[in-house]
Amino acid sequence: MQCCVCKEKPATVHLTQIVGEKMQKLDLCEDCAKAKGINDPTSFAMADLMLGLGASQELDPSAAGAELKCPRCGFSQADFKKSGRLGCPECYQTFAEGLAGLLKTMHKGTRHIGKAPEALRKSRDTMDRLKTLQKKLNKAVEAEDFEIAAQLRDEIKAITAEATPVKAAK
Amino acid sequence: MKDLLQFLITPAEAAQQHGPHDRIVMSSRVRLARNLRGASFPGWAKKPERVKVLELVMPAVSALPEMADSFAEAMDNFTALDKQILVERHLISREHAAKNVGSGLVLNRAETFSVMINEEDHLRMQALRPGFQIREAWIAIDRLDSVLEKKLEYAFDNELGYLTACPTNLGTGIRVSAMLHLPGLVLSEQINPIIQSVNKLGLAVRGLYGEGTEALGNVFQVSNQMTLGESETAIVERLEKVMSQIIEHEENARQTLLEKKPKVVFNHIGRAYGILANAHSISSKETMNLLSLLRLGVDLSLFPNTQRALVDELFLTTQPAHLQKQVSDKLSAEERDLIRADMVREQLKNVGRPVAK
Repeated sequence: MQCCVCKEKPATVHLTQIVGEKMQKLDLCEDCAKAKGINDPTSFAMADLMLGLGASQELDPSAAGAELKCPRCGFSQADFKKSGRLGCPECYQTFAEGLAGLLKTMHKGTRHIGKAPEALRKSRDTMDRLKTLQKKLNKAVEAEDFEIAAQLRDEIKAITAEATPVKAAK
Repeated sequence: MKDLLQFLITPAEAAQQHGPHDRIVMSSRVRLARNLRGASFPGWAKKPERVKVLELVMPAVSALPEMADSFAEAMDNFTALDKQILVERHLISREHAAKNVGSGLVLNRAETFSVMINEEDHLRMQALRPGFQIREAWIAIDRLDSVLEKKLEYAFDNELGYLTACPTNLGTGIRVSAMLHLPGLVLSEQINPIIQSVNKLGLAVRGLYGEGTEALGNVFQVSNQMTLGESETAIVERLEKVMSQIIEHEENARQTLLEKKPKVVFNHIGRAYGILANAHSISSKETMNLLSLLRLGVDLSLFPNTQRALVDELFLTTQPAHLQKQVSDKLSAEERDLIRADMVREQLKNVGRPVAK
């Protein structure tokens, strides 16, 4: 078995870590293991390592066109492979496809839960409310309960009117 | 620029700060990573863009009510020694100490908030508290962040949360951590299984100065690793639970050691005292490791007339940059070892030998 970092020397260090229901495996040669600081398995965190490796695996240039570059900042996949960091906030859109797999191995989930800037939080809450109202409306129409449907429609109209001046952020 | 040492609280004052469970938890911190919309991350931005971000962020941070009477300075205005002192105080990261033009620091007088500008992200803001107070630290930094978000436009995505230079910080951008002094678990050789089980919970255990450093002086930093898919409060609560358990394990380990292997404990602490009180040359690493045992001795009442603060002060003042700052000439490592030993002997002059019950 070859080392998954240098892809030259035989792998003699094998690591398995289970986080939640996900299992991560790494096969390294002794030099690469040392270089990554895994001589003491207790002090090493798989996620730190996965980042560098994951980058080369997940962001395979052949998968998504050889020279994918961020239109805002000019950052390329090769740059990410080198540094493990992105160029600008918009890179997350540019490299979304390649990053999805990486984020899955790295984090608990792939969707943000928690704090949001207040302005955006409001628009997010509004969107959520609109969605539930729309669902109720659809049900009411299906059930031919037009009185309730009319009420719901007015409510949706009111919320939409109120929300339009503030353009909903992505 | 203001004199940094004039601004900083003295090591003696720092050592006198108390918090819950501070015999095991030396300090708590919560850090948030934030970036500005439409600007390249510091590691990719060219110098003019970094300077522009710094000029925008620094005044905004300095104007926060929490940062009234703060120390706000660009990193290129610090001497290498001053930067190292900030690292030894855990007020900036080692990565930030390497920054120059286009990066900055805003630190409040009480040293409860430290905001690094253009470290890995545009903003790395942290709340610091003595003892076990991660929840308090989170509440404090959350409030600071909520005021700041009205003045700066953050890069935020509804799906991915706060966008960060490194995908490992994406989402909440939060890192909750505490520094734990765990000599009992080290002496009883329980530390490795504990570290492993903490790792399995998706938490990181690191050395004294964070990423990639060794656990000098039996001090370990425990922190969350995952930032996406879990809310800030859930992360804080999870760490509170895990840390409480580690505290309990450490207390039990100390108790058991005293009951089952008192000679081992007395031997370690007695030898540590013997070397520290009598050495004429000592490295910073050896000092840290022996001070850790002395601290344990104080906790176990083997030094009845000695306060933990005395040891904690030495933890700071014996570190290379702090030592260098006290003498005007530039010192070699060997010279530092001599001065360090002199200082420790002087400080321990009035500390009697440990009493073994």
